[in-house]
Amino acid sequence: MLHQLRGPAKSFYQFYMVGFLVFLALPLSIVAVFAFNDSLFAALPWQGFTLDWFIGQTEPKLGILYDDGLLSSIAVSASIACFVTLFSLLLATANAWLFIRFDFPGKNWLYIGLLLPLVIPGVILGVAILVASSSLANSIENSFAWELEWLRPGFVLVVIGQVAFITTIATLVVLARLRKFDFSLEEAALNLGANSWVAFVTVVLPFLSPALIGAAVVSFLMSFENFNTTLMLVGSDAPLTIAMYDRLREGSTPVLNAVSLLLMLGSAFIALVSMLFDGKSKQD
Amino acid sequence: MKAKGLGFYLLLLPFVLWFVLLIVLPHLQMLELSFIKRDYVAGDSVGWYQYQQFLGEPLYWRTLLRTVWMSLLATFITLLVSFPVAFFIAKVAQGKVKRLLLLSCLLPFWVSELVRTYGWMILLRESGVISQGLMALGLTEQPIEFLYNDVSMLVGLVYTSMLFMVVPLVSTLEGLDQSLIEAGYDLGGNGWNVTTSIIVPYAMPGIVSGCIMVFMLCLGNYLTPRLLGGKDSLWFTEQIFTQFITRFNWELGAAFGVILLLVSSLVVALGLKLSGQSFSRTLGR
Repeated sequence: MLHQLRGPAKSFYQFYMVGFLVFLALPLSIVAVFAFNDSLFAALPWQGFTLDWFIGQTEPKLGILYDDGLLSSIAVSASIACFVTLFSLLLATANAWLFIRFDFPGKNWLYIGLLLPLVIPGVILGVAILVASSSLANSIENSFAWELEWLRPGFVLVVIGQVAFITTIATLVVLARLRKFDFSLEEAALNLGANSWVAFVTVVLPFLSPALIGAAVVSFLMSFENFNTTLMLVGSDAPLTIAMYDRLREGSTPVLNAVSLLLMLGSAFIALVSMLFDGKSKQD
Repeated sequence: MKAKGLGFYLLLLPFVLWFVLLIVLPHLQMLELSFIKRDYVAGDSVGWYQYQQFLGEPLYWRTLLRTVWMSLLATFITLLVSFPVAFFIAKVAQGKVKRLLLLSCLLPFWVSELVRTYGWMILLRESGVISQGLMALGLTEQPIEFLYNDVSMLVGLVYTSMLFMVVPLVSTLEGLDQSLIEAGYDLGGNGWNVTTSIIVPYAMPGIVSGCIMVFMLCLGNYLTPRLLGGKDSLWFTEQIFTQFITRFNWELGAAFGVILLLVSSLVVALGLKLSGQSFSRTLGR
């Protein structure tokens, strides 16, 4: 199309693409730049360069490295993300194998069931899990007089809520790779005397490993940045996104910009590493 | 395919547990709760009470209508903005430029939605970069508030969901044979004809899957309307949050949840029907 376009139409299209890239980059670069503004607000005028929002030790310029509230919320988010990644990955591997390797009645319906979480809004998933776990907790309390604290909003519920939808996404990543697997390799392993478990571990799993790493990265990042589902299930220990949201409403200092910049660097690093793995798997 | 032994049922078990315990049962419980009317004197009863409340209070159903309308608008704008970009990435850019462009589309979305929204707040608010920049240039005397209106909210929604439009569009457009476009031109079509009768029909699966994803993301969004929209720009997810967390009226909140789920399913089903696409093929790529 572009080689057909000439003169003003072609320049307009190129102008549009540049404008689009600016639109993409602008909000994030602004957040990054204001992490270094020596002012109590993330706003103009520019008050000079400072690293206080990273390493400041006293109020009001408490840097992220000394901000215990934000630091502990990062720890909460990271441990939630580790659990979510572990469970989603285990489920995803089993699901992908189930859907590729077996034919059974109702398979198409179950596949639609697998995809269902993609079209459930996060807030509703959170609310539904909140309702179900509370009613379970209440009925257990009424029948046995046991108070099961973990069924109330908090760490475990957040993990459960996130696993509910991240499993779908992880499964799709693993499925995409498994579709390319040559199953005669598994047959060969079986013919050579391996049982199906040994064949899976020695032949299939190595083939799947790039997709498993990719799925793990996606699950970890999605869990770390999730807001909607988490919002409904959160207890007293807030994960990072919720803690930042609360600060934002109270009126924030550029320490939020410093956290955001670190988040951007962190996710860019993780994403690039996973892309390296992905590139390798395509060369195989 | 293998005979179904113990292995099959051991693999089926985790799927069924996940699906039933984490997806189906919670939603059924929410549905059940939405029909319960609490009465501490006469005892709980079952009925349409919460749904009557929803219909009887204009604030509630107007918020829903507004949410659906704004989400549709945001989806349409996202499609318009993303299509030329996706076409450029899929068909025009080559080699390094293509990879770089795709990467620069992907990277912002690895960053939390909260950070992206925060960026727009710093840009658009009264003491923000654009307003102060215009003042410094002498284009305006007073700081201007760009935040807290429908336009800023739409900008945020489009920005937040762009990736989910660009990626499916790129992946369908990549399969489009360049010679089809050239044939269109050879037969005397102009850019508009070629776009509407060759490129767009070919990209339909991508358009539908992108639109469904973006619409669902907008409908279920909480942060963007809350932080970028004005005081009057109530979003239905906010209503659900208010009923559950602020008012502790779980029964009404559950009814709102059921209503939002019904509306979103209806719109998705309608979109699939109108475009002749199937659910598992569009979303389970």
